[in-house]
Amino acid sequence: MTGLALLIPLALMMGLIGLVAFFWALRNGQFEDCDGAAARILIEDDQPSVPPVQP
Amino acid sequence: MTALARLPEPPLGQTVLVVPGMHCAGCMAKVERGLVAVPGVAVARVNLTARQVAVQHDPALAPPVLIEALAAIGFPAQPRGPELAPPPSAARPLLAPLGVAAFAAMNVMLLSVSIWSGATGATRELFHWLSALIGVPAILYAGRVFYVSAWGALRRGRTNMDVPIAIGVTLATVLSLYETATGGADAWFDGTLMLLLFLLAGRALDAAMRDRARAGVDALLRQAAPGALVLGKDGSIAWVAAVDLVPGMTMRVAAGERLAADGEILSGHSRFDQSLLTGESAPVAAGPGAVVHAGTLNLEAPVDVRIAAAGQGTTLAEIARLMDAAGQARSRYVRIADRASRLYAPAVHTLAALSFAGWMLHGAGLHQSLVIAIAVLIITCPCALGLAVPVAQVVACGALLRQGVMVKDGSALERLDTVNHALFDKTGTLTLGRPVPDPAALAGFDAAAAGIALALASHSRHPLSRALVEALAARGVTPAALEQVAEEPGRGVTARCDGLAVALRRPETAGGMATVLAIAGQPARLIGFADRLRPDVPAALDQLGRLGIAAGIVSGDNAAAVLDVAGQVGLTAAAAASPADKQAAIQRLQAEGRRVLMVGDGLNDGPALAAADASMAPGTASDVGRQAADFVFLGDSFAAVPRTVRAARRTMAVVRQNFALAIGYNVLAVPLAMAGLVTPLIAAAAMSLSSLLVIANSLRLARAAR
Repeated sequence: MTGLALLIPLALMMGLIGLVAFFWALRNGQFEDCDGAAARILIEDDQPSVPPVQP
Repeated sequence: MTALARLPEPPLGQTVLVVPGMHCAGCMAKVERGLVAVPGVAVARVNLTARQVAVQHDPALAPPVLIEALAAIGFPAQPRGPELAPPPSAARPLLAPLGVAAFAAMNVMLLSVSIWSGATGATRELFHWLSALIGVPAILYAGRVFYVSAWGALRRGRTNMDVPIAIGVTLATVLSLYETATGGADAWFDGTLMLLLFLLAGRALDAAMRDRARAGVDALLRQAAPGALVLGKDGSIAWVAAVDLVPGMTMRVAAGERLAADGEILSGHSRFDQSLLTGESAPVAAGPGAVVHAGTLNLEAPVDVRIAAAGQGTTLAEIARLMDAAGQARSRYVRIADRASRLYAPAVHTLAALSFAGWMLHGAGLHQSLVIAIAVLIITCPCALGLAVPVAQVVACGALLRQGVMVKDGSALERLDTVNHALFDKTGTLTLGRPVPDPAALAGFDAAAAGIALALASHSRHPLSRALVEALAARGVTPAALEQVAEEPGRGVTARCDGLAVALRRPETAGGMATVLAIAGQPARLIGFADRLRPDVPAALDQLGRLGIAAGIVSGDNAAAVLDVAGQVGLTAAAAASPADKQAAIQRLQAEGRRVLMVGDGLNDGPALAAADASMAPGTASDVGRQAADFVFLGDSFAAVPRTVRAARRTMAVVRQNFALAIGYNVLAVPLAMAGLVTPLIAAAAMSLSSLLVIANSLRLARAAR
């Protein structure tokens, strides 16, 4: 029983953290554009949108 | 004062543009970078799902500047008007209950497994209390969706699938709480939560698919004229949104633009494409004094139009009113799941009552009889039945979407399944609805002439020029290098190529649609344009015939043009039909007991699309046509029509199999429950098994649209 007293709250707490993270993502608009998020990883960030000015 | 220390940030304006052409990461990057490069733009963020880009910019910047910038990098765009804002998502409100149900079901199942493995005494009681602690709030939160819907149905004196679900869930929860409090052996929190999880998953999938189709349709809204350039009294020109136009204003409509309001031409001569409004395929010439309507396309030259009616007063709004009246018949359609639940709910509740009465008469105590009656309710809770329809429809919608057919609503597949008569509009539906250059004329061009024609045409926004660009580019022609390019609106484009004067202009003798390519020192080349049949029309009509669907044409165009197409495809036809005539033709067929599919694109088809049992529109259809239709097919090929009918029939066959599976499960499980042999373990196993069977059967539809 002593093991249970520790393990059950621990398991529930981990589940709750997952649930809270899910709610945060939902509120934060993370599910607004799933297709876009999947494609965005392919965009190269380091390519400057404006050519650098020559010194 | 911090306000003085800091320069106040100028408030940013936000414009949402619909860009239907985006479909990959490369497009997203191009659109975002292209917009940020425009002076005055702060942020541009693409939403690929909705095919939209939200731009934050200097308020002085007008939307046409942004549209020009996008057009320059090859993405046609339209501002999204407030009336075209997408409806609130149907799936989003279901995601949070789904998350809670999943969390609670998994944790309670963990505790239940320990109980099933033989936990007794204090441990079992502790686990039951823990399950109740997690389960009861979760059931209240996640079950709200069903309680609200069931209450809504009961209040109107009807019943739906949610009524037996709500009753079963409530009774099971109350019984489990009672068992927990009295130290009983069985609690049903796990089964109840699992039921909610499966049902919510089915619903969320259904809603997500509908959202996706709606977003796609929203992205296609290209035809709406969201505004006009209005001439001020002092000769200034300003962009005015369609909602702010009032009668008496003068708007300047460039060639290639759609009119935003009804009015009278003040100056300028042009020809107008009214096909979306009346189905008339030939452009109509109009000069000063002529009346022109909102939604028509100005083909040739800029004209000044004095607005006579805007917004609710236009011909467009009149058609919208006709459609509202026509759509009411369809809203009376009862979905198959609701029809099933009308039989199902009374049957289940009678069985539960019978078990209770039977065990009481048999001498069992009140408690035992009640437990058995509630076990019957839980085991018959329509888990598989709730998944039977949405999962099949979602899988079929996904399959159709991959083939370029968007389904607005799952019930559309049910209605299409029963169709046995099809009516087609002509212009834009059986035909492409746009001028296509005569292939024979283009084939006669040498490479140099074709290159000059392509280069000249690419400098004009005239519809014939754009059609020519498309046709020549498809042939792999490379454009020639031009100098001194000049476009004279309504006349044509002139330039010099290798020192020779070249021109693309309208023919001297205006007969039909044509353009002339003139190269100095060579005879002028005439290119004729005509509207052509969509690809695969005869094959598609043949397939529809074999599916047992009779077909006919009902068009607003003149008799000669309709007879020409009717002869080519071998169908009977009604010509010069007004929007009300088309609607009446459908209602006549329905009165004869036929189920009618209407395929049309124009504003004039709107009432007929709304009145038919099921309706389809091509992606190039007017915005009214697309909104009224159940299915929107992309691409030119007409083969999408029989493909969708076949997919609908396959889907409904699978739905009926699913019902058979779900009912078969009940036939096996109910006697066990009535005999008092069902434990929470058996209920959990039986419910998951029947749900998985139904899902597996539905997944066979993944290739339904081939």
